[in-house]
Amino acid sequence: MTGSASPLLERMRAWSFALAGRDARERLERLRTPANEYGVDPYGFDLDYAVGALAPFLWLYRKWFRVQVHGIGSVPPQGRVLLVANHSGQLPLDAAMLGVALLVELDPPRAARALVEKWVPTLPFVSAFYARLGQVVGTPENCRRLLQAGEALMVFPEGVRGLNKPWSERYRLQEFGPGFLRLALECDAPVVPVGVVGAEEQAPRLLNLAPLARLLSMPAFPITPTILPFPLPTRYHLWFGEPMRFTGAPDDEDAVLEEKVASVKAAVQALVDRGLRERPGVFR
Amino acid sequence: MARPPDPDAFPGIPGTVCVTGIAGNLGKQLARLLHGETRLIGIDRRPFREAPRDLEHHTLDVRKNKVEEVFRRARPEALIHLGIMHDPRMPRSEAHGFNVVGTHKILDICARHGVRKVVVLSSANVYGPHPDNSNFLPEEAPLMAAARQPDVADLVELDIYAQSFVWRHPEVETVILRPVHIVGPTVRNAPSNYLRLQRPLTVMGFDPMVQLIHADDVCRALALAIRPGSRGIYNVVGPGEVPLSAVLRELGRQPVPVPAFLLRRLLRQAFESRLTSFPPEELDHIQYLCAVDGSRAVRDLGWAPRHTLRETIRSVLAPA
Repeated sequence: MTGSASPLLERMRAWSFALAGRDARERLERLRTPANEYGVDPYGFDLDYAVGALAPFLWLYRKWFRVQVHGIGSVPPQGRVLLVANHSGQLPLDAAMLGVALLVELDPPRAARALVEKWVPTLPFVSAFYARLGQVVGTPENCRRLLQAGEALMVFPEGVRGLNKPWSERYRLQEFGPGFLRLALECDAPVVPVGVVGAEEQAPRLLNLAPLARLLSMPAFPITPTILPFPLPTRYHLWFGEPMRFTGAPDDEDAVLEEKVASVKAAVQALVDRGLRERPGVFR
Repeated sequence: MARPPDPDAFPGIPGTVCVTGIAGNLGKQLARLLHGETRLIGIDRRPFREAPRDLEHHTLDVRKNKVEEVFRRARPEALIHLGIMHDPRMPRSEAHGFNVVGTHKILDICARHGVRKVVVLSSANVYGPHPDNSNFLPEEAPLMAAARQPDVADLVELDIYAQSFVWRHPEVETVILRPVHIVGPTVRNAPSNYLRLQRPLTVMGFDPMVQLIHADDVCRALALAIRPGSRGIYNVVGPGEVPLSAVLRELGRQPVPVPAFLLRRLLRQAFESRLTSFPPEELDHIQYLCAVDGSRAVRDLGWAPRHTLRETIRSVLAPA
């Protein structure tokens, strides 16, 4: 799966470079530094594989969701950072689009890591696929190590609460877990709030078949206008806020942290609200 | 492929070192590395043929009282305890007696006879592969292996006993080394044997990062640890992390992917009917992550592997 020059992977890579735009190959190649002779970094991130695997997501980014970014300059060009975004749309495509944006809109590009749920490594194919894309299980130990190494992490503090919420709750942020703020304090990492607009309408949840979800041990089994949650071609807008810095003891009680967490949540909500105000329409 | 040992590689090594399990593959390699640098006393219930001439070998079970007599006479300053068996075919009670009772006895003898340094060879397997493991487990991570892998239970017990020895006997500098999967031309453990299969079975859809270390490098880590000035637990990693699939490709293997549930059932049946020597629990190692953070050994012991990643992987191909 790594470093091999299979014709399919080569074709996928060519597709990715074509979609990513001018100089894409040169810019993406600059991400290559920490790999060993087998083309992977210590976490299993394989740039060649990732660029190939990126193609369908890049196509979604360019052609399907026609993503527009606003204020991406506030993402630090290097060094540790937590990107904290709202999560919605039944399918975690908002995470994929945010990841793609950081790769193709930033120069130099940044390969941000998403933190996956603990059950992902038990899934065949998915586990290997995510690992080659550089995603890691979201243990505090992993996050700390990555931040200390100067990496960018994408965090969705709402988790599945945000992802699988019903249509009536659209663009209303769910409860934020405090874990990300402890990390920010411990590692002295800035938080960049991100508001994602457009993902909410890609697959409105009309119904949740909770018993079926339980049976399949999935967080929810949404029924959407396309029955299964196939995304509609809404236009995505990614709004990036100014970096927020926090000071204080990382091991304070949750109640003490809540105020800081609330300020991040408010910043994300403000970006979402602004995005909603300024977009001409759901599909435009 | 192996470079000749540098005679000045381990300054400060104690003058007399006792090594248990010296007649095993790793023990023999360690004896070759150290015999010119220090006086070596070997204890193993197996005879040590082709032993270096300056090595004093005792064909003795570590549980025997005669071991104490060896310590009285030879007065070793340090002990390297390799006398740990990992034979999945051995009756549980026999292995347990040898591994756990043997370790208790030899450590107590060390405490009684003024041994100043003890190095116990444990393994990074004590953490156990698990889907929600962090990518790099620190030495403080819980030892979860016993829950799923009863054959590692002895090793976990021994490791924990050695930890208790660290604080019960502050006068003895005790080091516990937890190296990652040891491979090498003469190594016959489960990972090395697996990598020697021409058509190894793999778990369909899983490709965990693995860490391997060359047996030569393990011997060098033991030699570094036996010097005065270090104590406590150290993970010992080799030249890096690599997906299992890349290891198999480097070795020119043709993996046969089988769905997990089927593979588990197959392997259990095959093991029970003695068609394979791989215990079914070993499957976790080719499905889930069990990789460790070795930075403490780098910092405190000055540890650095000599074999490259490619050399380490290809070492299983070399003739024994």
